[in-house]
Amino acid sequence: MNEATPPKEERTAALSGLGTSRKRVEDARFTQGKGNYVDDLKMPGMLFGDFVRSPYAHARVKSIDTEKAMALPGVHAVLTAADLEPLGLHWMPTLAGDKQMVLADGKVLFQAQEVAFVVADDRYAAADGVAAVKVEYEELPVLVDPFKAESDGAPVLREDIADQTEGAHGPRRHPNHIFTWESGDREATEAVLAEADVVAEEMIYYHRTHPCPLEPCGCVASMDKVNGKLTVWGTFQAPHAVRTVASLISGIAEHNIRIISPDIGGGFGNKVGVYPGYVCSIVASIVTGVPVKWIEDRSDNLMATAFARDYWMKGRISATKDGKITGLHCHTTADHGAFDACADPTKFPAGFMNICTGSYDIPTAYLAVDGIYTNKAPGGVAYRCSFRVTEAAYFIERMIEILAIKLGMDAAELRVKNFIKKDQFPYQSALGWEYDSGDYHTGWDKALKAVGYEDLRKEQAARVEAFKRGETRMLLGIGLSHFTEIVGAGPVKNCDILGLGMFDSCEIRIHPTGSAIARLGTISQGQGHATTFAQILASEIGLPAEDITLEEGDTDTAPYGLGTYGSRSTPVAGAATAMAGRKIRAKAQMIAAYLLEVHDNDLEWDVDRFVVKGSPERFKTMKEIAFASYNQAIPGVEPGLEAVSYYDPPNMTYPFGSYICVMEINVDTGTTEIRQVYALDDCGTRINPMIIEGQVHGGLTEALAIAMGQEIAYDEQGNVTTGTLMDFFVPTAVETPNYQTDYTVTPSPHHPIGAKGVGESPNVGGVPAFSNAVHDAFRAFGLTQSNMPHDHWRIWKTAQSLGLHD
Amino acid sequence: MVPGAFNYYRPDTVDDVIGLLGEWGDDARVIAGGHSLIPVMKQRLSDISHLIDLGGVEALKGIIIDGGTVTIGAMTTQHELITNDALASAAPIIREASLQIADPQVRYLGTIGGNVANGDPANDMPGLMQTLGATYHLAGPNGGRTVAARDFYEAAYFTAREDDEILTAVSFAATSGGYAYEKQKRKIGDYATAAAGVLLTMHGGSCSAASVALTNLSDTPVYCTDAVDILVGSSVDDEAVAAAVKAAVDVSDPVADTRGPVDFKKYVAGVIVKKAIESARSRA
Repeated sequence: MNEATPPKEERTAALSGLGTSRKRVEDARFTQGKGNYVDDLKMPGMLFGDFVRSPYAHARVKSIDTEKAMALPGVHAVLTAADLEPLGLHWMPTLAGDKQMVLADGKVLFQAQEVAFVVADDRYAAADGVAAVKVEYEELPVLVDPFKAESDGAPVLREDIADQTEGAHGPRRHPNHIFTWESGDREATEAVLAEADVVAEEMIYYHRTHPCPLEPCGCVASMDKVNGKLTVWGTFQAPHAVRTVASLISGIAEHNIRIISPDIGGGFGNKVGVYPGYVCSIVASIVTGVPVKWIEDRSDNLMATAFARDYWMKGRISATKDGKITGLHCHTTADHGAFDACADPTKFPAGFMNICTGSYDIPTAYLAVDGIYTNKAPGGVAYRCSFRVTEAAYFIERMIEILAIKLGMDAAELRVKNFIKKDQFPYQSALGWEYDSGDYHTGWDKALKAVGYEDLRKEQAARVEAFKRGETRMLLGIGLSHFTEIVGAGPVKNCDILGLGMFDSCEIRIHPTGSAIARLGTISQGQGHATTFAQILASEIGLPAEDITLEEGDTDTAPYGLGTYGSRSTPVAGAATAMAGRKIRAKAQMIAAYLLEVHDNDLEWDVDRFVVKGSPERFKTMKEIAFASYNQAIPGVEPGLEAVSYYDPPNMTYPFGSYICVMEINVDTGTTEIRQVYALDDCGTRINPMIIEGQVHGGLTEALAIAMGQEIAYDEQGNVTTGTLMDFFVPTAVETPNYQTDYTVTPSPHHPIGAKGVGESPNVGGVPAFSNAVHDAFRAFGLTQSNMPHDHWRIWKTAQSLGLHD
Repeated sequence: MVPGAFNYYRPDTVDDVIGLLGEWGDDARVIAGGHSLIPVMKQRLSDISHLIDLGGVEALKGIIIDGGTVTIGAMTTQHELITNDALASAAPIIREASLQIADPQVRYLGTIGGNVANGDPANDMPGLMQTLGATYHLAGPNGGRTVAARDFYEAAYFTAREDDEILTAVSFAATSGGYAYEKQKRKIGDYATAAAGVLLTMHGGSCSAASVALTNLSDTPVYCTDAVDILVGSSVDDEAVAAAVKAAVDVSDPVADTRGPVDFKKYVAGVIVKKAIESARSRA
């Protein structure tokens, strides 16, 4: 009844499972312009909404005159806070336990804040309407410096909560103060620092930037008044969470809300939060009875939707004379803008900033973070990183370099001396995390050898001498970075957002002829989930990846999950996929046993089939089992072959890596030329090496942008000076260097397939590598710290301050 | 970011363009490549009711090299400037400068006329035309006239062109000797942090003719008379170069923006001018 069995290797290869560089199945449509994004959606009678935005960073709204706008042809409605107030929707809760104005309620708190929502026939009529709305403002003093927020005479920004001394995360000591969050042992750390041989101290600023996905945020809301159902298509990184939040805010029953995330053109954290545009579109659809579309333009996206970083991190690090680190103290002033709209797990108002001991065995540490309101856009999202992990990694990787300077040590040697050792895993960090697995020394040694580290140092020393002799104006920087990420949020016992546990899910249905559909609670924004999750499943259930359809993003069909951000898809939903696959296989084993007339325990799994132990000629393939599951009455077994798994991870995963950047710097022009970027990643089990490499290239390019020029900058009046792509740096192919990728594999011991996640590692590790290269070039001339982004003029200023132009 | 409503015209002749400008006055604007005008319209910074597209006017296109004089029609694209080999022989600095404007997609549409006539000091072509000592050809209701490029720019976006005139062509003498257009920018597609064009002719170890001009270092392009005077007659040795660089930097007047503060821009201007002079000298 069965043909001769092909060799194991051949059958494994036919599955395109784990470890295969399978081509992305998504690319056929994306590369041909056949993706289906929100703005591609057209519906009969659909209207378009656009915002009147504040030109001021802080002003009282004296009046809003909508009469002229309403008189324009094609304009159907102009919503203001006064219209939303009866519905209780003029403010909305943020993911961080704060609340945010949907439309300006009496005042505006940042430039480009939403003031009124014009609903019109199309985007041209809407823009005409926006131009015709007359808003009278009375300017108020502007607060852009978080260090001035609590000074005498500082303007009170949030009058709505000015008297509240208790916030979502504990006591507030000033109207402009949001929270203080602490981790670690303050007294013990102070004691260690007081007694230390050497203490290095520095303020490390990680500037405000923005995820700037290629596709900005938007949605189409459609309220069907006949059946009472609300459908919202949108750029949502967490569609299920949006549905629950929408239900809680609007009072519409959750089963009557359907959230659909179609193709998404990049998210990088920008599409996690809930924005006024979504709320206004929904209200407008309810009011008008037809679908309403809202799509940001580029400047709206850069100026109003969620920013990233903006952490002022004051660090002190102590060590023995020979370089053994003894303690770390960090106080962070976090500029949250006008509303605390961070997208962090509820118990972590500063995210996982307490991963800031990094890759090092630091016995004693303390972290405090103060959140501050300023007249800037809200946000504080994890831009291609887990929550505040890039900030933490940048902080510790700068502090290590600064300590090396203080000790007069080589920074690579200092790292080696302090890395957590392989046999210390699982490792309990001083700030409370349990690192699951790691082997830092092996990867680091490999990286140093790959770039020829010792020769580079000799070349650098020779360059410094040549510079001093006046033979060159170019300096050489060697940027070192060893990062440890904390991703895969997360265990429900300590990770939730607005009370929603951060598990994830996968539901698998095997079709009778042996193909399958799997649905997940996550949503790809370009990560290639349809490719990689099919590979996990192929290896688990023995059906070819190409025969497995992946579906995400429709809350009516996908199982509940918390979405895709913080490198959580592989650690959480990937685990759920493997576990659901194992449930399929367990049932398949019972079916195979019945068909082969043996006991379940007499069977063993062999790539794509169950084989009777000791009788390799007696087997049933998964395809045969699938057919039988539907079409053969098996006593005691329900027909069909389906499974669902909700996976609550026992721990986070801790990917790590060794990155090195070699950079040439012109001290006269401030221009830089990147000679080499080497990136070694350890993300545990590698599902698709080609996709990993693509992710590393993308993340490194964003890291390059952030380190070398990308920022959201404000002038003293709170005007955004980088509100278009002319000034907001997004590298083109010309500015992007070649990347050399490498890897080691240290599987996660608690993840079903040992995978840790990789999408965000290159951003976390890349920024310190690029920034350290700049700093390292000037180390011989006395530089300890300078602020990112390292654009031409800032590098030039550094050179000038060191006397290199004299 | 979408523009308000406007009427669109695509006339065939210069006379028709002039006629439309006369008819609609201040409410009308001509559009060439559109790289400057369209963003302004989309941001609604300018209220334009009548848009006159010059793309249909064949008389405004083409490059003519005749008896040592180069004439380039206003609607000639930067791509065409780069790919025209005769032009590359007659004035190689044009290709060198054009290749530093944005990227190929921009250069397929961007025109020399739009670039010089808009009066944006950040554009490269106005500075280049200072270097070349070009002549601008204008057409208006009273016929044609010419204006020297070095007399054309009054302030940012203010030029000697009247509202009812259009720029039809630029012309200049073919160059000989060394040339260079040097530009520092943050990224592809950015305007210059500092840029400089230099022409240099050497005779028997001495500089017989020179031209130095700056881009985006003042509210107009800057022709550096003093720098030229220093170079001409010198051997373009290090001392003369240093003095010329200083003279050029002295007449620059940049403003601080996201590219950097004034002291930085002036310093970089010096580096760029020096690089351009040295490059031109090496080719002279």
